[in-house]
Amino acid sequence: MLQAWRQRLTLTDVLIWAIGLSIGVVVVVGSAATFGLGKYTWLNWLDLAIKGLALGGVYALIALGYTLVYGILRMINFAHSEVFMSGPFTAVFLANALDRSGFLDQQPVLSLLMVAALSMAVSTTVAVLLERIAYRPLRTAPRLVPLITAIGASFFLQYTFRGLYGSGFKAYPSIPLLEGGWTLGEVRIFKTHVVVIVSAILLMLALYTIVQRTKMGKAMRAVSEDKEAAALMGIDVDRVIVFTFALGGASAGLAGVLYVLLFPVVNFFMGFIPGLKAFTAAVLGGIGNVPGAMLGAMVLGLVESIGPNLFLDGLGIPNPNQLKDMIAFIVLVFILIFRPTGILGERLAAAKA
Amino acid sequence: MMVENPLSHWKQTLTTGLIGGAIVVLVSLVGMVAAFNQRDIIYTAITMGQVLFLAPLVLVGYVAAYRVADRHAQAPVPILLAGGGAGLAGGSVIAALIVIGQAIDLRAVFVNASPTLYQVLMFGREYPLGAGLPVLAGLVAGGLGAGAFLLPPRLRPAIIQAIIWVVLIGLLRDLLMTVIGLWGPVKPAVQWLFAQSGLSPIGAVALFAVTGGLSLWRSTRSVQARITRSPAQQRLIRWGTLAVVGVILLALPWVLGIFFSEVLDNVGLYILMGLGLNIVVGFAGLLDLGYVAFYAIGAYSMGVLTSPELGFFNLTYWQALPIALAVAVLAGVLLGLPVLKMRGDYLAIVTLGFGEIIRILVLSDWLRPYLGGSHGIQLIARPRFGPLELVTQQQLYYVILAGCFIAGLIAWRLKDSRLGRAWMAIREDEDVAQALGVNPVTTKLLAFAMGALFSGLSGTIFAAKLGSTIPGDFGFLVSINVLSLIIIGGMGSIPGVVVGALALVGLPGLLREFAEFRLLVYGAVLVVMMLMRPEGLWPEARRQLELHEEAEEVPAAGEAVPAPPTPAPAFSPTMGDGGES
Repeated sequence: MLQAWRQRLTLTDVLIWAIGLSIGVVVVVGSAATFGLGKYTWLNWLDLAIKGLALGGVYALIALGYTLVYGILRMINFAHSEVFMSGPFTAVFLANALDRSGFLDQQPVLSLLMVAALSMAVSTTVAVLLERIAYRPLRTAPRLVPLITAIGASFFLQYTFRGLYGSGFKAYPSIPLLEGGWTLGEVRIFKTHVVVIVSAILLMLALYTIVQRTKMGKAMRAVSEDKEAAALMGIDVDRVIVFTFALGGASAGLAGVLYVLLFPVVNFFMGFIPGLKAFTAAVLGGIGNVPGAMLGAMVLGLVESIGPNLFLDGLGIPNPNQLKDMIAFIVLVFILIFRPTGILGERLAAAKA
Repeated sequence: MMVENPLSHWKQTLTTGLIGGAIVVLVSLVGMVAAFNQRDIIYTAITMGQVLFLAPLVLVGYVAAYRVADRHAQAPVPILLAGGGAGLAGGSVIAALIVIGQAIDLRAVFVNASPTLYQVLMFGREYPLGAGLPVLAGLVAGGLGAGAFLLPPRLRPAIIQAIIWVVLIGLLRDLLMTVIGLWGPVKPAVQWLFAQSGLSPIGAVALFAVTGGLSLWRSTRSVQARITRSPAQQRLIRWGTLAVVGVILLALPWVLGIFFSEVLDNVGLYILMGLGLNIVVGFAGLLDLGYVAFYAIGAYSMGVLTSPELGFFNLTYWQALPIALAVAVLAGVLLGLPVLKMRGDYLAIVTLGFGEIIRILVLSDWLRPYLGGSHGIQLIARPRFGPLELVTQQQLYYVILAGCFIAGLIAWRLKDSRLGRAWMAIREDEDVAQALGVNPVTTKLLAFAMGALFSGLSGTIFAAKLGSTIPGDFGFLVSINVLSLIIIGGMGSIPGVVVGALALVGLPGLLREFAEFRLLVYGAVLVVMMLMRPEGLWPEARRQLELHEEAEEVPAAGEAVPAPPTPAPAFSPTMGDGGES
């Protein structure tokens, strides 16, 4: 018995578990120490949690693009972060034009919808062009080839938009309707957070319905099971793939508008970090799995928002918020090491390779 | 069918032309055409900006001709018509851009839609008339492209090569003037070849004739000549070439001067990193996107160990070097451990995450007392030989050269060793390799360790060269630069690393205008490379066979002149159009 164990257990496993354990210890000790400090009240934690959920909603909408494409093509669409960036970075011109003409103040809801529509349209176009030009010819290529293409496309898009619109930051106008917040007893909630969470949930439900209930969604699921068999059943695989990219692009464009409600400044590099986080969320939930991506995104948003204060503040680390991105990446690394199928994923365990 | 045929081919020609036009509009709005307009290729005749906007149209003409030729077996008239038509369509798109740009101010959105751009696109003429010129130019350019298609197949590569040479030499005028211009006897010839900027018109024609003739001559006789040489002769030639290259390399910084030595040093540092990443990605097939982490670790170890500002150790460069390298290798193994079981794209993302983690840690206030935070580490020791401290770019060049030489030697010897073959076996199929007795754990960890070693070495030299390190120097873009250069050179190919570094680091260093568009071009080049020539510019023989399995029945695929189907001129490191869209 012991011998069998010793044969199976390698040095690398021991080391990996040791690293994992030490991080676990840091989390537990840090949290205990933070509570010991008594620096934060439950209101602070609630504030952070709501912020985390809003962030998680945005990540979820981006993560859908990763997860849908991965489910069908088994490739990481590395350029999806640029699909996300292209929408809000273009729509900022419309938003500012509407602001200057005064239309934004008269019809804030209509203006927001217009901005969202433009953002969605641009992101969808970029996603579809990307598929057509960069990915379609490489569908049968060795695995590394489309990935490198995706990285190249990502940089090409980033710097194309930088060339088109300039390298500076551009600010979205403030919307008076969404300023301030509501107070419920002691709790104060920002309006933007509520709007973002509610619209993210509605959009996620809509996307889930598209994937589960429509004919196209059924075709998508069929293609992700088995491309050849789906083609034999009369499904136009190319069209399904284009639709998948379009759907992912549209949801990324909408995510972009929600993102600028939280952080109203855009530039050409804005997609990189949210894109990486959204990918983390997709992996966390189980890549290829739509509800998983949503769940993973919410968890990641919460961890990222609460984590620095909870785990690190108690350890006496100055400015723990500087390390919030690091926490997200560590989550990614450890999910991939200890449970590569994610929270909800099982089916892809066999297909992964 | 008989009725449908001509119509459908006109539609095809039109689409080709419109795509070409869209590419030109994109290249223009991104700002490349206007930026490159200051650089003359041929003095007073043609600028790089014009090359950028005409080259896609020529290409469009060629592609349109190629498509038509399928149906109208080589009859010249329809082919020329198709080429011209496609060029015309492309030119019309540009004209449309000019008309729109005159009607409304595009600058509110597109920052680069400047008056200069319209000036270039209208060949410097006034508006209503000038807007017609790109249409005309499109017609001519498309016709030229189609004409190139009609040339005999033996002549075509020669002309394409000659054009590339003319553009390249025109672009690199400043460098060549400083290098060759110093040598007395050739001075008149050089002055005759070049003008105040770019080539002189006569010089360009002469250069075109000479390079074209040379490549034609080479294609007819080089293989034959090489076979008939005796082994002793071949050895003599090889050693002779090596000796000449060695002397040139040693003399280079003094011939080139400070500014070009700086470029040269950067190329060298990237070659060093490229050699390391080439082992990880090229040999072992592990796509590492966080490669900059080891570069940063090397630089920061050097800083912590030597800087009196922090005052921990105060070692000299040479004392600190082995420790810094050991730290880098250890980091390579540590970061390699968790990703052992991951494959392909997961590995890429996780390593990317590692790279970011290192950058965030270095920037954080938490580690500020040890690593300097956003301020970085100053006063890093420089390498010293007795009383001589190597400070200038020209002196440090020799350290970099030595590093590259050693790394190149190691990589070259490892490639065909037992370990090298194990790496390639892992790359091809991990499960099969394991079944055949390759230990994947040690093999992969050794790849990560070797990669980290070279990158760490590069980092230590980089830190010593600047005398300081700041976190901003270690972004994700460095990883992408290194990855791009090994992919463009050819994954797994050692000379490819040098070619890639020269093209991707050297060229932007020499052309100031290019620096801004560097990453845009890298991205486009990566995509186009993967679509058209995944084996790279200087491919490794084995890799080429893998990627072109269908071509295996062709004997000696490595030696054969590239066959016509894919238009070779689509790629050139200087051409930003990249054939996108």
